[in-house]
Amino acid sequence: MRPRRGAGFAAGVAFTGLVAVFLIFPVFLSVLAGVTANYQRGVFASGVTLAWVERVLDLYAHTIGLSLGLALATLACTLVLGVPVAYALARNPGRLARLAEEALVMPVAIPGIATGLALILAWGAVGGFRTHWTFILVGHVLFTLPFMVRATLAVMLAVNLPTLEEAARSLGAGFLARFRTVVLPNAAPGILAGSLMVVTLSLGEFNMTSDAAHAVHHDPAGRACRLLRLDAARDRLGLHARLPGPARSPPRRSAMGIRPRLRP
Amino acid sequence: MSVAVDLRACGFTHADGTRALLPTDLAIRAGETLAVLGPSGCGKTTLLRLIAGLAFPDPPGRVLFDGRDVTRLPIERRNVGMVFQSYALFPNLDVAGNVGYGLRLRNVPRAEREERVARWLAMMRIPELAHRRVDQLSGGQRQRVALARALAVEPGLLLLDEPLTALDAKLREELRVEVSALLRELRITAVFVTHDQAEAMALGDRVAVMRAGRIEQVGTAEEIYHRPATRFVAEFVGTLNVLAGTVQDGALHLPGGTLPANGLAPGPAVAACRPEQLRLDPEGTLSGRVTAAFFLGDRVRVVIEGAAAGPITLETTGAGPRPGDIVRLSAAPPAPWRLPGP
Amino acid sequence: MGRDRLALALLAAPAIAFLAAFFLLPLALMLRTGATGPDGWATYVLVLGNPRYLASLWKTVALAAAVTAATLVVSGIAGVFLARNRFRGRRVLTAFLTLPLAFPGVVIGFMVILLAGRQGVIGELTMAVAGERLVFAYSLAGLFVGYLYFSIPRTVLTVMAAAEKLDPALEEAARSLGASPWAVVRDVILPGLKGAFLAAGAICFATAMGAFGTAFTLATRIDVLPMVIYAEFTVGANIAVAAALSFLLGAITWVVLAAARTAAGGTVAAAG
Repeated sequence: MRPRRGAGFAAGVAFTGLVAVFLIFPVFLSVLAGVTANYQRGVFASGVTLAWVERVLDLYAHTIGLSLGLALATLACTLVLGVPVAYALARNPGRLARLAEEALVMPVAIPGIATGLALILAWGAVGGFRTHWTFILVGHVLFTLPFMVRATLAVMLAVNLPTLEEAARSLGAGFLARFRTVVLPNAAPGILAGSLMVVTLSLGEFNMTSDAAHAVHHDPAGRACRLLRLDAARDRLGLHARLPGPARSPPRRSAMGIRPRLRP
Repeated sequence: MSVAVDLRACGFTHADGTRALLPTDLAIRAGETLAVLGPSGCGKTTLLRLIAGLAFPDPPGRVLFDGRDVTRLPIERRNVGMVFQSYALFPNLDVAGNVGYGLRLRNVPRAEREERVARWLAMMRIPELAHRRVDQLSGGQRQRVALARALAVEPGLLLLDEPLTALDAKLREELRVEVSALLRELRITAVFVTHDQAEAMALGDRVAVMRAGRIEQVGTAEEIYHRPATRFVAEFVGTLNVLAGTVQDGALHLPGGTLPANGLAPGPAVAACRPEQLRLDPEGTLSGRVTAAFFLGDRVRVVIEGAAAGPITLETTGAGPRPGDIVRLSAAPPAPWRLPGP
Repeated sequence: MGRDRLALALLAAPAIAFLAAFFLLPLALMLRTGATGPDGWATYVLVLGNPRYLASLWKTVALAAAVTAATLVVSGIAGVFLARNRFRGRRVLTAFLTLPLAFPGVVIGFMVILLAGRQGVIGELTMAVAGERLVFAYSLAGLFVGYLYFSIPRTVLTVMAAAEKLDPALEEAARSLGASPWAVVRDVILPGLKGAFLAAGAICFATAMGAFGTAFTLATRIDVLPMVIYAEFTVGANIAVAAALSFLLGAITWVVLAAARTAAGGTVAAAG
């Protein structure tokens, strides 16, 4: 912290501030659009209303609840699957472990649409799985698991878990006691960071959902499915943005020409 | 309470095939403190881990505690206390939590646990730190907590991996005295690994000097210092003056004069002496030129060239010579002594 | 030791099994599905020889590369600045820069429309100033802005974390040797952040290659590869081609990530 700050500092603040504006302004805009009576005519001409928010809440409360539930289920799965495997990776420096790590991270590297399509091709025909909400859950877990593993693993490596565990062993701690009293408490910051990331991504990750969902919906075999509730929210947003003229009644067709499904 | 440790043909090979320890026999008596001394990579930490049960010897090596075979017993069932180089204090627990951890695992009732933790903290003279977080402790305090934690479970054997290395010089000396007193008082068998020869000689009842996966010599500090078994031990422990010359007519002939042969066999000879075995002596038969003189407070360390093939070092009290002076030296028996082969 | 190994294997098993069942197996099946069309395995070759697919592929790669470069420059400057300066309002700025992490691609597409769409703010502004409405939301430029929008927050976090770990003594050493501020950036800061840049850049590239929601919201006219795949699968019912394209998209992205990791000499995907 130098006491005197020159032009460089001012330029830095200005640049960073501009980036922040770039990131925040659209958020502000969308909030504004959300409470504008008629977006086409502008907020000043048409006034402010909570009618849209109400309608969204009214129509999609169920959807919102479902996404929250899905995010929590995703979190539970990534905790159960991710924390143990992160620990195994932290403890094992071998080549096999590196290979497993590589495989675990791959879902991030491979675009969601490819993974989504692959999932449908592999599991789409298996019973009612494809139309079940767990199908989307699988997608979310697949995509968020690497983040949980990474966050947890990073902290486990940073706190030098192997030495702490050796210390615990020297004091008589067996495997389970160690896991409970040393591994989990010391990895907690990483697990927490991973959890936040998983929930955020799961709530935000429509890609995976919509890829899988849309593909299923437009399945040439024509089998629509009801698991696409999340997707409805997507349509709604796209639709809201391109609302034709003064129409205030619930629109029948989305801008993308996809018939809104799922009347709750 | 304290156990005797017996290693029989214990070697250790890493998964990648490198030999960390050649098959080694070592007997540690109950209640003694053994210092394992050697340069980094000599296998001393591996030796400690084999005793601890953090690593297992290659067959057919065996580890015995009081004659009982514990070779396959993992560390958590060997009842050893261990102090790690990094201390490895649990960051999620406070000081009392760390010290009481082993007691908690042993289901010691809460009241008794607290009492014993308090006793150990008092013994380590850190009672006021009980509820401090470990990341708020200084190096010396961490060291004390680590010791208290290892001792609180009343192990039969205390293992210390470079316990004082991470501390600054003054603190290190203070703790060296304290740990030494503690080990004597507890009469617990202790093995500690160090690369610091002063530490090894101060703390160890016996010292094991290691090199390249092998124990070169085990003995008291005096034996190691004055009767080194190999040239490596002679050079690694203390400062060594190498006196290579020829023995003829009862004298060792060196480039700068002679020293009494002191029983060395006639012919070419490689002898040696320690700095304190030489003294400045106007009547001396060996002479050389002073190239450096270091004032160390209580003594002066003088480096002399021209007397032997290489530089030799001696220590003197009072006003020392200055660089450039030509001085004469003599040796006090038993120096010079024969330097053993490598 | 042996028991510990077994326990560790057991701990890793559920995640590995999940991955095998729902990722590796599906990918393998998709690879095979790509060959179930009338052309068999040649589909892969034919797809790469098809001008339309090839153009789409290049467009996707170019877009992803451009987004990555722009993101790294912007987040590199902002991230290093935030990590190395303490001032009032820093926390608020940091919060702003990391907030959009929480927005899905579709919402971001919607925001781009609000910004640069037909009724967008930029359109209104340019209308008022130049008398002409600038609308680029539904083109590649719109997609670029959208991708930039969601890439910056993720990258800023990684850069900040790495910049905070840089040893200040290194910079002081460079300055003591007479290095100018620019030389410090070039010789100390950039090399120190190389790993973070590679890691964050790789993730950014991968995301931009596959991001679908944003493109889908903006317009179906933008024929980046994910949109082409979607069209082939849903409209064209051309499952083999869609599978082949998906596999290629995945393979290309993965190769880029692997290359970045090799260059970084370690764990690239740690970016998260």
